[in-house]
Amino acid sequence: MTGDGAVRAEWPLYEVFVRGKRGLNHVHVGSLRAADPEMALRNARDLYTRRNEGVSIWVVEAAQITASSPDEKDPFFAPSGDKVYRHPTFYEIPENVPHI
Amino acid sequence: MADNGELARHFERTIERDQRIEPRDWMPDGYRATMIRQIAQHAHSEIIGMQPEGGWITRAPSLRRKAILLAKVQDEAGHGLYLYAAAETLGADRTDLTERLISGAQKYSSIFNYPTLTYADVGVIGWLVDGAAICNQVPLCRSSYGPYARAMIRICKEESFHQRQGYELLMTMMRGTDAQREMVQDAVNRWWWPTLMMFGPPDAESRHTARSMAWKIKRHTNDELRQRFVDMTVPQAEALGVTLPDPQLRWNPERGHYDFGEVDWAEFKRVISGDGPCNAERIAVRRAAHEDGAWVREAAAAHAAKRARRSRHAKEAA
Repeated sequence: MTGDGAVRAEWPLYEVFVRGKRGLNHVHVGSLRAADPEMALRNARDLYTRRNEGVSIWVVEAAQITASSPDEKDPFFAPSGDKVYRHPTFYEIPENVPHI
Repeated sequence: MADNGELARHFERTIERDQRIEPRDWMPDGYRATMIRQIAQHAHSEIIGMQPEGGWITRAPSLRRKAILLAKVQDEAGHGLYLYAAAETLGADRTDLTERLISGAQKYSSIFNYPTLTYADVGVIGWLVDGAAICNQVPLCRSSYGPYARAMIRICKEESFHQRQGYELLMTMMRGTDAQREMVQDAVNRWWWPTLMMFGPPDAESRHTARSMAWKIKRHTNDELRQRFVDMTVPQAEALGVTLPDPQLRWNPERGHYDFGEVDWAEFKRVISGDGPCNAERIAVRRAAHEDGAWVREAAAAHAAKRARRSRHAKEAA
């Protein structure tokens, strides 16, 4: 059933991202099944924006997403853990210096 | 590589700190199986739950009521789909879940095995059945499994419309004729006890409660939620002008709660195990919808495959 042109019994899984209003990022809201991207977009409209929840929708096949390991203890994020100097609060500025 | 003991401790700590478990986290097999069972049952309930009211869409008394009911039934379909999507994040297969529903291998809420005899039933389902569902579901917005909790937040927002449209419908009927008021009272009489069954068996007999509470899948026991629902509903019934069919129902000032009679648990077990008034019909309708829709799913898949092939050939030619 996986050969070229064979009909897949199952439709692929799509992840859905919705922009709530202008000025905001698209945010992941869930997933759905659809035969192709156009159908995924229409289904996403019906499923995730029945009450004006969005002004723009992205759909992407779930299989296309590359993700980091979800475990927070993962060393993947360790490089940012010990760099407090990346935050403004690391620097002490006297109180009498304005606008900084 | 962390061994299983360390992974298990990390999982337990995440739960203890009240943080959410996310799809690709390590989790005990029992947690995964419990989540899949609960989410699938919940999804099935939403999907089967379209049927009792769906039959009234064409018979609702005005265009306004038809539009409202249509929107509500569409919401139930949406809720089912949010939940199937959440179940899929745990590795469950959607086709397989549908198969388990129509083969009877997985259950759905017993409430949907009762018939909707009159239009007042639509109102009572909104008020009582959706009210009970909200009572059950609001604490699930803090359930430990992230995708389930997030689906529940969306669902709870939408259920509030369901309950209010039902109550408003009943208030309208109560302002009508004697026959309409009798119809409302009759519907309340028939739905009250099955609604109390929605919270599940008494705590002493609930097989899953203790472990689900420890894993923070559930936040309150069945009996706690049942009591909360009764306490919320009695004043609503008084405002509506109907009586709840329980002679033992009365305020207990010492407990600060309403006392109420014993649910007929024999009936609950009968209906859950397949012998309710509408079990066979509900499954038959779902099965027919699934099987009659097979050609549409296949045609859409064939169309998508053809378009993918053409665009590949066009790219190769370019």
